[in-house]
Amino acid sequence: MIPPSFEYHRPSTVDEAVGLLSSLGSEAKILAGGHSLLPMMKLRFAQPEHLVDINRIPELKGVRVIGDDIVIGAMTSENSVIADPVLNEKVPLLPEAAKLIADPQVRNRGTIGGDIAHGDPANDHPALALACDAVMTIAGPNGTRQVPASEFFLGTYWTALEESDILTQITVKAFPSGAGYSYKKLKRKTGDWATAACAVVIALSGGTVSHIRITLTNLGPTALRANEAESILMGQQVSDALIRQAAEKAMEICDPAEDLRGDAEYKTAMAGQMVQRAIHDALSKAS
Amino acid sequence: MAKQIVKMTLNGQQIEQLVDSRTLLVHFLREQMSLTGAHIGCETSHCGACTVDIDGESVKACTHLAVQCDGSDVKTVEGLAEAGALHAVQEAFYEEHGLQCGFCTPGMLMRSYRFLQENPNPTEDEIRLGLSGNLCRCTGYQNIVKAVQSAAIKLQQKESATA
Amino acid sequence: MNAPVKTPEERKADLQGMGDSRLRKEDARFIQGKGQYCDDIKLPGMLHMDIVRSPVAHGRIKRINKEEALAIPGVHAVLTADDLKPLNLHWMPTLAGDVAAVLADEKVHFQMQEVAIVIADDRYIAADAIEAVEVEYEELPVVIDPYAALEPDAPVLREDLQGKTEGAHGPRDHHNHIFTWEAGDRTAADAAFDHAPVTVSQHMYYPRVHPCPLETCGCVASFDPIKGELTTWMTSQAPHVVRTVVSMLSGVPESKVRIISPDIGGGFGNKVGIYPGYVCAIVASIVLGRPVKWSEDRVENISSTAFARDYHMDGHLAATEDGKILGLKVDVIADHGAFDACADPTKFPAGLFHICSGSYDIPAAHCSVKGVYTNKAPGGVAYRCSFRVTEAVYLIERMVDVLAQKLNMDKAEIRRKNFIRKEQFPYTSAFGFEYDSGDYHTALEKVLDAVDYKALRVEQEQKRADPNCPTLMGIGLVTFTEVVGAGPSKTCDILGVGMFDSCEIRIHPTGSAIARMGTITQGQGHQTTYAQIIASELGIPSEVIQVEEGDTSTAPYGLGTYGSRSTPVAGAAIAMAARKIHAKAKKIAAHLLEVSEADLDWEVDRFKVRGNDEQFKTMADIAFAAYQQPPEGLEPGLEAVHYYDPPNFTYPFGIYLCVVDIDKGTGESSIRRFYALDDCGTRINPMIIDGQIHGGLTEGFAVAMGQQMPFDEQGNLLGNTLMDYFLPTAVETPTWETDYTVTPSPHHPIGAKGVAESPHVGSIPTFTSAVVDAFAHLGVTHIDMPHTSYRIWKKLKEEGVQL
Repeated sequence: MIPPSFEYHRPSTVDEAVGLLSSLGSEAKILAGGHSLLPMMKLRFAQPEHLVDINRIPELKGVRVIGDDIVIGAMTSENSVIADPVLNEKVPLLPEAAKLIADPQVRNRGTIGGDIAHGDPANDHPALALACDAVMTIAGPNGTRQVPASEFFLGTYWTALEESDILTQITVKAFPSGAGYSYKKLKRKTGDWATAACAVVIALSGGTVSHIRITLTNLGPTALRANEAESILMGQQVSDALIRQAAEKAMEICDPAEDLRGDAEYKTAMAGQMVQRAIHDALSKAS
Repeated sequence: MAKQIVKMTLNGQQIEQLVDSRTLLVHFLREQMSLTGAHIGCETSHCGACTVDIDGESVKACTHLAVQCDGSDVKTVEGLAEAGALHAVQEAFYEEHGLQCGFCTPGMLMRSYRFLQENPNPTEDEIRLGLSGNLCRCTGYQNIVKAVQSAAIKLQQKESATA
Repeated sequence: MNAPVKTPEERKADLQGMGDSRLRKEDARFIQGKGQYCDDIKLPGMLHMDIVRSPVAHGRIKRINKEEALAIPGVHAVLTADDLKPLNLHWMPTLAGDVAAVLADEKVHFQMQEVAIVIADDRYIAADAIEAVEVEYEELPVVIDPYAALEPDAPVLREDLQGKTEGAHGPRDHHNHIFTWEAGDRTAADAAFDHAPVTVSQHMYYPRVHPCPLETCGCVASFDPIKGELTTWMTSQAPHVVRTVVSMLSGVPESKVRIISPDIGGGFGNKVGIYPGYVCAIVASIVLGRPVKWSEDRVENISSTAFARDYHMDGHLAATEDGKILGLKVDVIADHGAFDACADPTKFPAGLFHICSGSYDIPAAHCSVKGVYTNKAPGGVAYRCSFRVTEAVYLIERMVDVLAQKLNMDKAEIRRKNFIRKEQFPYTSAFGFEYDSGDYHTALEKVLDAVDYKALRVEQEQKRADPNCPTLMGIGLVTFTEVVGAGPSKTCDILGVGMFDSCEIRIHPTGSAIARMGTITQGQGHQTTYAQIIASELGIPSEVIQVEEGDTSTAPYGLGTYGSRSTPVAGAAIAMAARKIHAKAKKIAAHLLEVSEADLDWEVDRFKVRGNDEQFKTMADIAFAAYQQPPEGLEPGLEAVHYYDPPNFTYPFGIYLCVVDIDKGTGESSIRRFYALDDCGTRINPMIIDGQIHGGLTEGFAVAMGQQMPFDEQGNLLGNTLMDYFLPTAVETPTWETDYTVTPSPHHPIGAKGVAESPHVGSIPTFTSAVVDAFAHLGVTHIDMPHTSYRIWKKLKEEGVQL
C-alpha cells in the first residue's frame, strides 16, 4: 500500500525532462498518469529512486492538426482523447476504444503516451496505434526521432524507447472517407485488461475492401498486426465466410499468456470471436 | 529525503503543507488534514472509495501524490455541502437509500457530483458506466442509480430556477 | 391553541414505526464524510503496526533477523512468536475448538500467515520496516487438495496436534482430519434408497470465496498503563464476545476491557473472528503503553482473513417415479485451511448445514461433513452464509433440479410436489429443525405468474429449435428455506456463551428515548429499524429514539450481528423490553387517569379510558410522570432491559427465478431477468429490506458468476487483488426485481424472521440453475461455479455448441 521513498522532480519542458532522465540514469522513472507506475510502487514491484513528473509540460498535451497530420501529445489523457472533436471526426477509432480503457477516474489521469510507452501487451493503445499506422515521436539525449508503430513494439515491456527517452507525440492521419472502425474488447468486467481484443479499420470502394487493418491486444508478447488476415479481405467483397477465414488467420498468430482470464486455447478462440465481431461492427459503420 | 512544500486550494481554503514525496494524496487528506471522508478499500486503484475532485476531474486519491496537487483545486466530500446546505447528490443519496454501510459513499458522492456536471441528463446505462470506477458491496448499485437520477433532476430544477 | 386533532392513522404515520419506509437516521454522517471507521481514529501518541507475512504456504522458520528493521528510525519494536511465548499468546483458541497461531511458531501453515509485527511512528515507516525483517524458511511439501490431505502418506500439517486422536468435535482418524459430524438417520436414509425406484447422485464443489467488504479489518488498541484499562476500537461484528476472549487471553479483568465497534464498512461475516492482527496490536499497546493502530491492506484481507465455503459435496436423492422424494443423503469434505477457525456455534462444526432438506417434505435424510486441514488460510464460515446455509441450500436445490431432469419433470412442478405444505407448519424436518411457518406454494405461484413462466419455457423451446440463435437461454428456479436467528442457548453457544441477545431502553422525562442492543450494524440500518420497533411498541416517534450499539461498556451483552440474527434475536429483545415499559406505563397511566388498568385501551401512542376519547395519556405524558412521583410500589424512571433467549431459529424463505442468455461464441452470460420474492415475516422497513436484497443478490451474482480463490501447487494464492477477485461494478450488476409475501414467525414477538442473508443464500444456486438449464437439453446436469466466460466456453466446446 505504501510506495518506497524517492526523489521527486517536476520539469517544465521536454528538454529539461530528458536532461533529468539522462543525469539520473536507470534509477529514474517517468511519472505520467501514474496509474501503472504508482500501483506497482505501492505493491513494491517497482522501487525507482527518482520520479520525473511530466504532467506539467504543456507541449505534451492536446491534439493539433498540422497539414495532413493529426498530432496527439503523449500526455493527452484518455478522457481528453474521448472528448477531442478532431479525433472523433477524423480518427474515431481512438475515442471509441479509449472508452473501454480502465474506468472514468483512471481515464482522467491515464495517458495515450503512458499506455503506449509501458510496452505492456495488455494495454490497448499499441494495437490501436498499429491500426492507425501511427508514428511515434521520441525525444532523447541525442535529439528527436520518429519511429512507426510497426517498429515500436519489440517485446513484453520492451519498446523502441531507450533509457532517458520520452515519447512526446503520436501522429496519425485521418481515416479514409467512409471508413468503418471498431474495437471489440472481451473483458471479465469493466476496468479489466482485455482477455482478447481486436481493432479494425475498414474502407470499401466499389464494393470491395480498399483499406483494412486488423490488430490484436493481449494475444502475444506485443500488440499484433494480423497481416495475413488483412490479405484475405483486401480487394475482396466481404462475406461472412471470408470474415471467418480472416478470423482463423488472425488466430494463427496468437500466442497469449495463460493467466486467470483463461488458457491459450480459450484466449485464441476469443481472438477469433473479437476479430469477427469487430469486422462486422466496423462494416456497419462504413459507408 | 527532504520534505516538500505543497500549496493547494482544499475545499475552498488555501493551504500550505509539508509533505514527503511519496505521501499519497489520500493519506495526506486523511492523516495530515484530518479529512477522513475519503476511504481506502484497496491498493490497486480499483475500488474508488478514495475518489476526490482535482481541478474539475474525478481522481482516485490513492493513486496520486500529494506533491502533484501543488497549485491544484481539490475538493473532498467534506466540501460538498455549502453554507450548511447539502448538495443535491447528498440529499438524493439520503432520499433514495443509496447507502448502507457508508464506506463507498464519499467516493460515490464525489464521483456523482462530477459526473452530473459532465453529463447533466444521463440515461441509466450512462450512470452505471459513469460510476464504474466506484465499487459498492452493500447496495447492488440499484438505489445509487436512482439517487443519481434524482440528483440530476434536482440540479436541473435548480438550474431552471436560477436561470 | 387548538391544534387540529389527528386521526389514529395520522398519529401512526407520525411515529414512522414498523412497516414505514422511513429514511435512515444514520445517513447524515455518512453523506458528509463524517462516519467514524477504525482507520479514522487518531489518538495522541498512536503508533502503527504492520505485519511480516510468509511467502510460503508450508515451511519451517529457520531464522528471523530483526536488526535491519530495528535500525530504521521511527521503529519501536519488532515482535515474533518468541516474544509472545512468555505471555502464552503465540497461539490462541479459535471459535471452533481448535488453536490458531497468532504469530507463526517455528512453522508456517499458509501463504501470507503472520510471522512478525513491527510497530513504528507511522504507517509509512512500518511499511518500510516489514520489508527489512529477514525471515529464512525451509520449505515443506504443500497440500492444497483436501482429498490429497487425507491420503495416508500426506504431509503432516499440524505437528502441534500430533498424537491427538480426539478433536474438539470427536475422534480424529488421520493427522489432517479435523472432525466428522453427522445429522439425521443413516439407517432410515439407507433403507429409503434401497427401496426407491429412482435415485440420482451429483458431485458438486462450492468454491472458496471471500466476503471482501469494502473496508478491510483493523483496530486501534489503547492500553492505559495508569488505569490498567484496555480500550480497543475494532472492526468487529461481535464486540462483547471479543471483550470476553480478550480478557481471558490478556488477563486484564473484563471490567477493564472496553471493545468499541465504531462504524463498520461492511462485515458480511469477515469481521466475526479474532485475528492475529488484533491480538498483536493489543499486546503491542500493553507492552509499549501507547495506542497502536493496525489497518490491513486488501491483499492481506483476501489472503488471510475468514474465507467462505470450500465444500466438496456429494448429494443423493431417492424418489418415486413420479418425483416424490423419499430420501436424501449428503457427504461433504470441508476444507478448513490450516486452522479450524470457523465461526460456528460450538456444537455445530458444520454450522446449520443440516437445513439441507430444504423446503421439502423428505421423510428420511442423513448428512455427514468431514473437516480437513490444508495449507490455506483458516476459516470457512463467512459471507452472508447463515452458518453453511449457503452450502446447504445450494446442495438441495441442485439435487432437486438433477432429479427433475432425470425424470423429465418441470423444475417448478417437482417442487410443488415436494414442498412442505402450509398446513404442516410448524414442521419438524428429518434433521430435527422445527420450521416455524411457511407458505411455499403461494409464493411459487406468485413468482411464476409475475414472470409468465410458461411463456419463458415456450421461448426457450423456440430458441433451442433455431440453429441461428446466437444464445443459449436458461431459466433458473430456486425455492429456498433459510434458517437464521441463532439461537436457542440450549443448542447455540459461542465459546460457551449462549446465543441470546439483549436490549435496554430508557425513556427520558421529555418523552424521547435511548436504546442499546448487543448487536452491531455494519450497514443494515439498525439505528433506524430498531427505533421503528420501539416506536410501534411504545408510541414514541422513531425520530427521537436514539439507538446505540457496539460499545461494550454501555451496551448490554449480546452475541453480535451475523447470520441474520439481529432482527430475530435482538429485535425480539427490543420488543420484550419495550413491553416491560409498556406494562409499567399502563400502571402509571391508570394512576394518572384514576381508573383501573382493565379500563384502559392502547391506541397508537396513548392509553385511553374505554368509552371516553377525551380521557387519555400519551407515552410522553407518562414519561414525565414517571420522573415526578410514581405511583406507590413503582420505582421512578421508565426503562427496561431484556435478554432474549430465542425458543427456536426462524425460517425465512424465498422463490427466485433467473433468466440467462449465454453467448454461444464467448460463453459470456447476460442476466436478462432476476425476480426475487422473499418472505421474512413481518417487514419493519420495506425500503431497507429491498436495499438488503439488492446487496445480497449482487454479492450472490459475484460468487456465482466470477469469484474464485485459485491456488497453485505451491500454495500460492493467485488473484488476491481486486484486479482478479471479481467485485462487479454497476455495469455488470443486473437490475433486480423484488417481491414479497408475509408469513410471520409464530414464536417471534413481532413475527419477524430476518432477511439480509436470504438473497445471498438463494441467489447463488439460482444462477447455477439458470446456467445449467441453458445446457440441459444437451444432457448437462451440473456445472460448478464460477460461471465465468472461460469456464462456460469450455463447456460449450465440450458439448459441441457453436455460434
